[in-house]
Amino acid sequence: MSAAHLDMDVSGDAYGRRFAFACRLPLSGVTVITGPSGAGKSTLLRCLAGLSRLPGRIRVGEEAWQEGRLFVPPHAREVGFVFQDTRLWPHMTVRETLNYATRRARRTPRLSETETIGLLGLAPLLDRGATQLSGGEQQRVAIGRAILSQPLLLLLDEPTAGLDRAHRGEMLSLIGRLTGVLDTPVLYVTHDAVDAVRLADRRIEVADGRIINVSLDLPADPLEGLSADARDSLARAALAAGLPPA
Amino acid sequence: MTEAIWTTLKLATLTTVLLLAIATPLAWRLARGRGVWRDVVGALVALPLVLPPTVLGFYLLLGFAPGSPVMAPLAAFGVTSLAFTFEGLVLGSVIYSLPFAVQPLRNAFEAMGDAPLEAAAMSRAGPLDAFFTIALPMARRSYLSAAVLVFAHTVGEFGVVLMIGGAIPGRTDVVSVKMYELVESSRSAEAHLLAAGLVLFSFAALLCVYIFDRRAVREVR
Repeated sequence: MSAAHLDMDVSGDAYGRRFAFACRLPLSGVTVITGPSGAGKSTLLRCLAGLSRLPGRIRVGEEAWQEGRLFVPPHAREVGFVFQDTRLWPHMTVRETLNYATRRARRTPRLSETETIGLLGLAPLLDRGATQLSGGEQQRVAIGRAILSQPLLLLLDEPTAGLDRAHRGEMLSLIGRLTGVLDTPVLYVTHDAVDAVRLADRRIEVADGRIINVSLDLPADPLEGLSADARDSLARAALAAGLPPA
Repeated sequence: MTEAIWTTLKLATLTTVLLLAIATPLAWRLARGRGVWRDVVGALVALPLVLPPTVLGFYLLLGFAPGSPVMAPLAAFGVTSLAFTFEGLVLGSVIYSLPFAVQPLRNAFEAMGDAPLEAAAMSRAGPLDAFFTIALPMARRSYLSAAVLVFAHTVGEFGVVLMIGGAIPGRTDVVSVKMYELVESSRSAEAHLLAAGLVLFSFAALLCVYIFDRRAVREVR
């Protein structure tokens, strides 16, 4: 038997435009989804999560999430979702937020709450409310909440978008560490070529509401196929991080 | 006079409790639904705001009369008329104060949008779970201001009570009607006391609402 796959083939109109997403991906590692703003990257994630509905089918391993008239509602899909705007609940402390996800998880934890708190450096924030956190702190809590729901599939929607350059690098290495520890497959939406190369096991390119390219095996030379601009920003990022520029 | 105050407090408390329960699903559907029905229901709910209370009282009186289409199904339970009863007064108050409960809740549910509920769904919370653990606590200040508004508005209603209550001492005689009687019979000392009490109470209630409202908007956003 081959390894489990994510199968997706949905298309239709939403938000006043047309979308068509079809792909088959192994359920492992990090799949980076890139594309210009407004290309439909977030909509792709929302379809997987069941937050948006386009006609078609979605299967994850043996489980059908959407097929014909079957539509598994979002709360029953066992996905973790890290929203671009974090969406922490204003009436809960960090501890309550994490407990909320832990209590409702349907599977035995891969990472315990204590381990997650340690890994994300949340210990000093536990008694604070969501409104008393910086952007980066909020995003780390949102990641913790998503991990503690013990998802089959972890979806990250531009988690570095609201951060400044320094914090973005920090967040990236954090996500890198996490994906190393978890064996949960990750789909990671970004429009940043640097993110793409650093994290990706494979890449999906989205443009104009459809998947235009799936690179299942990224080239051994991660810089191959990148534009001169992307190479430059990559080299600068490497230098800033104290690494040799490729 | 104390009897009238007691009846009024009982009426206002019961109306408030019932209305918050009724207004919750209504406000939720109005905030989240779409289409023509939402506007039709929205307009119906707001109707008591613009109708003269006497018109509302007139229809309620017709509905509460023995043998009316409203009362016919209730006759099986031994209830033949609600006119001039405390229960009828409660029902009338619930309808009369409906917009004061629905509007603050609807505003709160609209302001919070889908985002916190989608986040709850992504933490495996089903719709009902998410409503009670996320939407309700996020809207708690709006609930508080809805409760105060309904309570105060019920205390202050006059027209509907006059039409369907009949001012039966101990049952349907409430302070607003009592006030009218006191003035009519030139008992000005008692009238002064009751009037000043009501002014103070209403001012305190409105002050609370304004304070809650400001915080509610800040919290929900």
